[in-house]
Amino acid sequence: MNDAALKKKSRFKFRLSTVVITAYLLFLLIPIYWLVIMSFKSNSEILGAFTLFPENFTFKNYQTILTDASWYMGYVNSFIYVSLNTVISLTVALPAAYAFSRYRFFGDNHLFFWLLTNRMAPPAVFALPFFQLYSSVSLFDTHIAVALAHCLFNVPLAVWILEGFMRGVPREIDETAFIDGYGFTRFFTKIFIPMIAPGIGVTAFFCFMFSWVELLLSRTLTSVDAKPITAIMTRTVSASGLDWGVLAAAGVLTIIPGAIVIYFVRNHIAKGFALGRV
Amino acid sequence: MEKTVNQRAWLLVIPVLILVAFSSIIPMMTVVNYSFQDTFGGNDFFWVGLEWYRELLHSERLWDAFGRQLLFSFIILAIEIPLGILVALSMPKKGISASICLVLMSLPLLIPYNVVGTIWQVFGRADIGLLGRVLSDLGISYNYSQNAFDAWVTVIAMDVWHWTSLVALLSYAGLRSIPNAYYQAAMIDQASRWNVFRYIELPKMRGVLMIAILLRFMDSFMIYTEPFVLTGGGPGNATTFLSIDLVKMALGQFDLGPAAAFSLMYFLVILLISYVFYTVMISIDKSEAQQ
Repeated sequence: MNDAALKKKSRFKFRLSTVVITAYLLFLLIPIYWLVIMSFKSNSEILGAFTLFPENFTFKNYQTILTDASWYMGYVNSFIYVSLNTVISLTVALPAAYAFSRYRFFGDNHLFFWLLTNRMAPPAVFALPFFQLYSSVSLFDTHIAVALAHCLFNVPLAVWILEGFMRGVPREIDETAFIDGYGFTRFFTKIFIPMIAPGIGVTAFFCFMFSWVELLLSRTLTSVDAKPITAIMTRTVSASGLDWGVLAAAGVLTIIPGAIVIYFVRNHIAKGFALGRV
Repeated sequence: MEKTVNQRAWLLVIPVLILVAFSSIIPMMTVVNYSFQDTFGGNDFFWVGLEWYRELLHSERLWDAFGRQLLFSFIILAIEIPLGILVALSMPKKGISASICLVLMSLPLLIPYNVVGTIWQVFGRADIGLLGRVLSDLGISYNYSQNAFDAWVTVIAMDVWHWTSLVALLSYAGLRSIPNAYYQAAMIDQASRWNVFRYIELPKMRGVLMIAILLRFMDSFMIYTEPFVLTGGGPGNATTFLSIDLVKMALGQFDLGPAAAFSLMYFLVILLISYVFYTVMISIDKSEAQQ
């Protein structure tokens, strides 16, 4: 193959990959665009005229949500249990992940797989038992109940990701610190945690994400006081069924927190999805 | 380097054990209990042994849902894995455009499951949706709430939209870890694009692809919210997957016994298939560590 042919070939490849990625991003963005556009339309325009861009740009749908406590408290509730869950998951997962990444101990492999099985359990299986369990300890309709229930899949995931990241830290560092007279707790908090800070950030991101997007368990475990925004949305759909504008606006508002957190972890996100194993 | 044996490591694992035991073993025991008992309402339970299991194994409804679920997961893997690899290969390697791609591609992953359903609902509806409107203007009859085939196409398109980025991001992470020297060597050998993919990129992505397949299999096999919001399991039972059927049974009809037996069998199937994936994954991890 001569130079010209090679050049021609690589330019063709460049174009092909651009076409693929552009088409894929369009495929991702068009449905979201439609939702965003719809949230700025009035209901009569949504149902009547078919327009690619709102003719009468309106913030009324957002106003409805942001002024009605039964709507915006849903966001507050979601934030409370998602944050609780992230903190609990990280706190218990950090030492466990360290143990799995550094030591062999009786039953370690079985234990690790057993933890993973909880990530594999369909939430539908747990919906009813959770409802009964948390009702019997009178935690039903509290934020902590949802946060604990989401630990079912977030703790195993956190252990898995953190273990992947910790494996990448050379063991000589631990040994040197211990020789230098560091105790375990001081070594762990002062030296080790700062070293895997990106891993912790990514793990927090995943805990946030999976707790934020989950509906089945959070809906089953709440009724009024801790009802998440996602459940409020489904209730409104079934009750009025027609208020598409408000529904779209509520949907858009659930996308924004995710978009913000992605921005912060964008450089580590690929490694995080690979569970720290790349 | 070999890990050191240290039984005191158990102490570090205990918090996780307690927490997960509380949120997994206790509820699981309730399920096991129910699966062997019957009730006439109230708190009067009596032992029925394997009755529910026998009934379910002969239940056409369950086998139909199981068949639909397997077909769904199979189609999802068959589309999302190759498409995800293709997208990962097409992504820009570095710079601002790579960052933009990463952020935009992650976006669908962070949308609550029911909002995903809502997005596709308002996108696909013939009266208000862009997709439904365009298709009907083109003269293609399309109605996902009436026609079973259209419902399937929409649910699959929705899942591809929702999760292909996960596969792409994993593959991308795998591709980024390949040293440049490999590509230079391939260039000197005048390897074709296909051979570069087949003998360099694919083997290096093996580990992350196993994770992708494992995650996509598990999650597609327990999919609930998205099709529930979009089609409600309909038209008829066309998109009633296992989780939808189970929730209907447990929380809709309060058939505790059958629902519990259903849950356990459902869980065991996932566990079994996932265990196979997991074992393969660990052996890949080990063989890579040896290299």
